[in-house]
Amino acid sequence: MAQHRGGPHARFGAEKVRARDTRATVGRLWGYLRHQKLGLIAAGILVVMSTAMQLAGPFLMGKAIDKAIIPGDMGMLAKFIFAMIGVYVGASILTWIQAVVMAGVAQRTVHSLRTDLFAKMQKLPLKFFDQRPHGDTMSRLTNDVETISQILTESTTQIISSVLTAVGVVILMLILQPVLALVSIVSLIGMSFGVNRFISNRTREGFRAQQKNLGTLNGIIEETITGQRVVKAYHQEAQKLDAFADANTELRTASTRAQTFAGIVGPIMNFVNNFAIAMTAGAGGALVVMGSTSVGTVGAFLTYTRQMSQPVNQIAQLYNQLQSALAGAERVFEMLDEEPEIDAEASDRVAISRGDVIFDDVSFSYDGTKPILSHVSLHAKPGQLVALVGPTGAGKTTVVNLLTRFYEIDSGAILIDGVDIRSIRKSELRRELGIVLQDSFLFAGPVMENIRYGRLDATDEEVHAAARVANADAFIRHLPEGYDTELTERGGNISQGQRQLLSIARAVLADPEILILDEATSNVDTRTEKHIQQAMRRLMEGRTSFVIAHRLSTIREADQILVINHGEIVERGTHAELLEQGGFYARLHNSQFKGGDEEIAKMEEQGQIKEQQLVAAREE
Amino acid sequence: MKATRRLASFLGPYRFWVILAPLMMVVEVAMDLLQPRLIQRIIDDGIGNQDQGIVLRTGALMIVLALIGMVAGVFCGVFAIKAAQGFGADLRWSLFSKIQTLSFGNLDRLETGSLITRLTTDVTQLTDAVAMMLRIMVRAPLLLVGSLIMGAITSPKLALIFFVLLPVILTAIGFVFGKAFPLFKAVQARLDRINAVMQENLAGVRVVKAFARHEHEVRRFGKANDDLRDTTLTAVKTIVTVMPVMMFTVNLGIVGALYFGGRMVIDHNLEVGQLLAFINYLTQSLFALMMVSMVTVRFTRAEASAERVNEVLDSTPDIVQPVSPARDFAPRGRVEFQNVTFRYDKDAEPVLKDVSFVAEAGSVLAILGTTGSGKSSLIGLIPRFYDVDEGRILIDDVDVREIDEAKLRQTVAIALQESILFSGTIRDNIRFGRPDATDDEVIRAARMAQADSFIRDLDGGYDATVGQRGVNLSGGQKQRLAIARALLNRAEILILDDSTSAVDVATEGKIQEALATIQQTCIIVAQRISAVVNADRILVLDDGRVIAEGTHEELLEHSPVYQEIYESQVESGVAYGAA
Repeated sequence: MAQHRGGPHARFGAEKVRARDTRATVGRLWGYLRHQKLGLIAAGILVVMSTAMQLAGPFLMGKAIDKAIIPGDMGMLAKFIFAMIGVYVGASILTWIQAVVMAGVAQRTVHSLRTDLFAKMQKLPLKFFDQRPHGDTMSRLTNDVETISQILTESTTQIISSVLTAVGVVILMLILQPVLALVSIVSLIGMSFGVNRFISNRTREGFRAQQKNLGTLNGIIEETITGQRVVKAYHQEAQKLDAFADANTELRTASTRAQTFAGIVGPIMNFVNNFAIAMTAGAGGALVVMGSTSVGTVGAFLTYTRQMSQPVNQIAQLYNQLQSALAGAERVFEMLDEEPEIDAEASDRVAISRGDVIFDDVSFSYDGTKPILSHVSLHAKPGQLVALVGPTGAGKTTVVNLLTRFYEIDSGAILIDGVDIRSIRKSELRRELGIVLQDSFLFAGPVMENIRYGRLDATDEEVHAAARVANADAFIRHLPEGYDTELTERGGNISQGQRQLLSIARAVLADPEILILDEATSNVDTRTEKHIQQAMRRLMEGRTSFVIAHRLSTIREADQILVINHGEIVERGTHAELLEQGGFYARLHNSQFKGGDEEIAKMEEQGQIKEQQLVAAREE
Repeated sequence: MKATRRLASFLGPYRFWVILAPLMMVVEVAMDLLQPRLIQRIIDDGIGNQDQGIVLRTGALMIVLALIGMVAGVFCGVFAIKAAQGFGADLRWSLFSKIQTLSFGNLDRLETGSLITRLTTDVTQLTDAVAMMLRIMVRAPLLLVGSLIMGAITSPKLALIFFVLLPVILTAIGFVFGKAFPLFKAVQARLDRINAVMQENLAGVRVVKAFARHEHEVRRFGKANDDLRDTTLTAVKTIVTVMPVMMFTVNLGIVGALYFGGRMVIDHNLEVGQLLAFINYLTQSLFALMMVSMVTVRFTRAEASAERVNEVLDSTPDIVQPVSPARDFAPRGRVEFQNVTFRYDKDAEPVLKDVSFVAEAGSVLAILGTTGSGKSSLIGLIPRFYDVDEGRILIDDVDVREIDEAKLRQTVAIALQESILFSGTIRDNIRFGRPDATDDEVIRAARMAQADSFIRDLDGGYDATVGQRGVNLSGGQKQRLAIARALLNRAEILILDDSTSAVDVATEGKIQEALATIQQTCIIVAQRISAVVNADRILVLDDGRVIAEGTHEELLEHSPVYQEIYESQVESGVAYGAA
């Protein structure tokens, strides 16, 4: 397809300027979390309660030292001890419930993110996939979603409880001893923020580079492994290893940089903690000496500072891990933001019933500059067989791509049964279009399911019948487990010809109103070709059929032949009419089917047509 | 952890960092452990004696030690990351180069999609695990043991509490992880499944669209996605019980310490500062335990990844290089099959049965047969994509199994049925087999393959970029590029595996003419008679056997099968016209 899309200018528009707005990314992630309102509220309440209880522990401890241990009151001490046990039991239970609730929230969030991403993928236009390395898209779907998932699963609760703990500790410290509280808070939180500001800017860039390089490397890996057989056949392992080595090194460099910055956050924060504790101890000691506070208070403060250092530390760590998740999220949202295929809201009626197809002055280009089809008009009446003929790159496949709305026309209109196809839902449109594509893609799974892909509610008998029509039944029954034989990835365990037969069977089963055959039989061996011809004829019976034709028999039978060259219909008519006309088609026909080599040579001499134009309708 | 341990050898080159990182960590932890002791000094000696000097001096010392700890910690981090990233890159490299050595049979068994996941996601998991192992897995146990020791030094009596706590905690952790391990393995399997669905959807996007099966696909994906969510939830729910249990146990320890320690203080057997220090050490050990449990979860996943990585590293290529390759092998291009039988699987039906024939040097041999008759299998044996089960294949009287692999691949150039192109320029694709070929050579090969004219029509000509998978070229164009690629190789034996199936008959004829002018032995696999009529010799293959052999005229006269094929093709007007 899309023959002339090659070349450096063929990219569709410039790549979108990447949204680098972290806040927006966080906001959108929050948008996903928000759907779990109930869970979040429950978890929130539980976190507040458990954190409060967790905090009450040291508070009680400080009081116990001052009120019981130092005065030497054993009875009092026992009371405190019971209170503390109660508090800790409560805290543990609440923490557990909260963790379970949050795990649900996190998993459901990632679940809906995945669902959205996959659903989006189904709506993206073909050009999105044609334009990008599959490896990179896969990396977004897997690696990037995984980083987000890990952060959400492992860290959401931590972030919430960390923040709450920090806040709670601050409040308690302020109640206990405002001066000491200030020392502790300023040294701990102040420094933490400073450190983080410095580092997180670097980690963010680093992680962005890392995820991007990961995507690139994925692309190389995918391409090489897919083409591994060619690499081996040409003994070019070394060449591929070189390309891989470069990308591998780049990823390593980017990762090392990002991770190093993220990694040193830990020890630095650890220092900040210890520093804050030292400051608190020093200042507390001084205050006790001056008589403005008690030993018990200092003791509680030291525990608090450590208790606060833990969440602050965690927030810092998580914040940096978050950078890697955000880098992933950016790439995920970038894909979610891609323009989807344009589709009609709803068709007001089942539009296709006869199969009357009109192209009205249709123009199209893949990249907006180089026209592939210009001002093409055609009319295929219900039940007609239309053969598309012309040299490679003339635009035959493009006609098909436009009829199926794989791509959108630039101007003009395509009407089926008098209805503009843009006002028909794509799913309905394509349901009535039976398409046999050039490369017959099969899914991993049983043969039966692969044929049934044409019509999901078909019974086993209907599948068998379709297979018989496509002459696939015989070979299927020869497979080890017949219709239940599992096909491997890309149908590697059956031959290309057999794959083709299966995809024909699939189209037969779909029973469409309009049939589009794109070189479908070029790989089927000649002995069965005859049978396929029969099957096709049967299939085309009563249906409007567009055939990118290469068989003289097909062309002869066609109700109209459209000769396409350089994106225009240069001639049209029946085989006999066109031959008589003695124009482009006649020359094409002669070169291809009657073709003496002298004939071609003669024409070349005459310089009437370029060599390329001789290239026949047989190919595309 | 067996699979993970096996990969430890990949840390070899980074020995230096691997040893230094934990050492640095020891320093950092030691500094951390000293802190509570110093706090105790502030409280007991400084505050207790109302000595402002001690308070300030000790405070200053604490800060200095903390600084030393930080520097050590930063170095530990840097070294650990260096080692981990080096490990990751090397591992990825080993996997990739291993895959390059694998033969077709291996590649059939390890599926493409799964190979890609192993190289990316799995390696990333392992790299993260190494980084964690070198830091947190060192830090946490050190901190735990250190806290226990320091606690014992602070108050040997109170330290008895540890002996009550530890067994409880370890049992709890052991129990939970015993349950969680298999669960996380299941999570990994679900993750693989979902990746496979996505990969397939991506590869089959045209079919999905053509049949408007979006909803069906979303449903299919939904199942995998639901499954993943539910399995993950079960695993996570199990693992989150660890934390509260641990918290509770340690907090209970703190309460116990307060109670017993408080009594000791009241009885004047313990200072308040000592009690606080002890409680501090208990708290620290709690954090250490939490770290261990968090990291262990990650290790579960790393182990699953390690197993998958090892599987690739352990696969031995089906095709082995000859121990002593035939010396002075100077091929001229004669190919001989002697009673060759071949099957893809040991238990499967043979796809080739007792095949014998000779292709003389410089001749054109055509192989004609129906779909599944064994044509592609036959030619795949010549460059040893697979090895024969019985019989032998000789090139100029040397068994292919005795020819050096590189030499063999130089001798045989093959244009495969599926014309795979790589992203890059047209030129690079043609000279894929001989990157040092001159432009003139590239153009000459393209001309012979009838590709020159369409290439020149492309934007940028020979420098035009081929999109991934060659999406911007038609089937016939891709095939001609593949032929040009094979021609450029100047191999003694040229094999075209049905590589003109999407090329029109006129062009095919021209390609044949060009082939007739070359000196190489040419083996052409085809389904169209037009592609074989000019061959010196035609083999007709049916169900893995050679059923007829001869020139076009001979076969037309004697072989009923050949006649049948001929008639069917002439009738449908497919083929013969141009010949």
